[in-house]
Amino acid sequence: MLDYSEMQALARRVRRHSVQMIHQAKASHLGSSLSAVELLVALYGGVLRVDPHWPLWPERDRFILSKGHACAAYYAVLAEVGFFSLDWLDTFYQNGSRLAGHVTKGIPGVEISAGSLGHGLSIATGMALAAKRDQAVYRVFCMLSDGECDEGSTWEPILFAPHHQLDNLVAIVDYNKIQALGHTREVLNLEPFAAKWQAFGWAVREVDGHNLAEIVTALSEIPYQEGKPSCVIAHTVKGQGISFMEDRLLWHYRSPQGDEYTAAMTELEAEP
Amino acid sequence: MRTAFIQTLLELAQNDPRIVLIVGDLGFGVVTPFMEKLPQQFINAGVAEQNMTGIAAGMALSGKIAFTYSIANFPVLRCLEQIRNDVCYHKANVRIVAIGGGMTYGSLGPSHHATEDIAMMRALPDMLVVCPGDPLEARLATQALIDYQGPAFLRIGRAGEPQVHKSMPEFKLGKAITLRPGRDITLISTGGMLANTVAAAQMLSDAGVEVQVLSMHTVKPLDTAAVLAAARNTLAIFTVEEHSIIGGLGGAVAEVIAESGVYPKLFKRIGLDSTFSSIVGDQSYLLQQYGLSPEGIVNTVEVALEAAKFH
Repeated sequence: MLDYSEMQALARRVRRHSVQMIHQAKASHLGSSLSAVELLVALYGGVLRVDPHWPLWPERDRFILSKGHACAAYYAVLAEVGFFSLDWLDTFYQNGSRLAGHVTKGIPGVEISAGSLGHGLSIATGMALAAKRDQAVYRVFCMLSDGECDEGSTWEPILFAPHHQLDNLVAIVDYNKIQALGHTREVLNLEPFAAKWQAFGWAVREVDGHNLAEIVTALSEIPYQEGKPSCVIAHTVKGQGISFMEDRLLWHYRSPQGDEYTAAMTELEAEP
Repeated sequence: MRTAFIQTLLELAQNDPRIVLIVGDLGFGVVTPFMEKLPQQFINAGVAEQNMTGIAAGMALSGKIAFTYSIANFPVLRCLEQIRNDVCYHKANVRIVAIGGGMTYGSLGPSHHATEDIAMMRALPDMLVVCPGDPLEARLATQALIDYQGPAFLRIGRAGEPQVHKSMPEFKLGKAITLRPGRDITLISTGGMLANTVAAAQMLSDAGVEVQVLSMHTVKPLDTAAVLAAARNTLAIFTVEEHSIIGGLGGAVAEVIAESGVYPKLFKRIGLDSTFSSIVGDQSYLLQQYGLSPEGIVNTVEVALEAAKFH
């Protein structure tokens, strides 16, 4: 497990990779990647039992990125911890590349493809159920966006998992509070959000999704209650880490070019 | 067919812990023995087909052979994107079992008529599409699906269909079964239309037309060799399905013939002409109304042969 200063350094590198990849690819979803950086770093910096040199180790913890559009940060984390070469990141979105704009199977460390919202938690639930039935020790972590909690299909496994006492299942919501056309409270209000998960039978914790210590602590103490799946609602900021992107809907879409790119990279350079 | 399927699956699952049956809160009295004998291999997902399918994908990607089970369109159309993205794209060993293919649930109305499902499943990459024609084929298809690698759709009828095959046929996925030889025309049937197709063939034969009947239990991959042999060796090909004539068996056979250069003198698809059933009635009544009874099939064949003027 990395110590916190190493994790912070990793988070900074992942932010730089994400900006660089999305700049180079002229792609979108930078804000969605930046809000998830600390969550991904905490997972791969120490929480997940995975082996970059043996991606299909049968007893590995499973991680499912259901918000598949945040794949720039995810690919960067996987490369940084050694699942594949950092050179691959330069091929993001390119013709003939393995790295598509939504997380795609066939990449070392990636369990499943995602991209259409509202699919990942069901698959994660199936994996957790298989582990229970096989008395296997691995846990299943699934990261969702807040926007995909609009999907009815997200609430089907939210109902199912507690009924089946899947305490080997962890849902992490990157609650950056901005979805594709506006703030979640304006588009389709999720609040009272934690209370909804609790009412469905999950053990819920809320964390500052940019505080590595809080995240690591929360993810290390699962299950919070025996027989219950765990939900971590991570309060995050879309575009976190780059002042002019933070909490701005525009950066769900915009690709940093020219001065914006330079300014973003300078800010990330300047951080302690 | 339903009984043959569930009995076979139970027999297989008792010796194969990889097999799990995930139902969408349907199958009262049918899946009960499975549930009671093998609770560790049974899951009722509730009335939530999208989750049922996602869970099946997750379990299949964890080493299971996951059968999802519900009726008519529910395990197919309601969760079509889960089937496409989660099952097919991952080549997961999920078997989607739809009971009540076609208009089995006649009087329950069009919500319960599965009449476009073959077309939709056939369009999905890597999906195997199997529509057994009688209880024996349903048993053999279920067995064959255990060793098959990849996603599959198993479309079966109801309980109590007649056994059409006189004895256990030789069954291979992707290989049509010839029920009777005939030199004049070929009737190709899929799914529960097999009994009516064989009855129609007998009536035509009594009237002096020599009819070959093929049971095309696997619509994808299609047995193109059998289709082309029929195109070469008989004057006419008719496809018979309890399904829209768009995109199902008829569409599949038409595609093969059109691209092959081996044209029969006459080709016609018998099925629903892109329509919902607008009348109320049980399955046999509706089949009669839509030209899929033995008499209806005979009539369509005779009119077509007459029009082609080579009979």
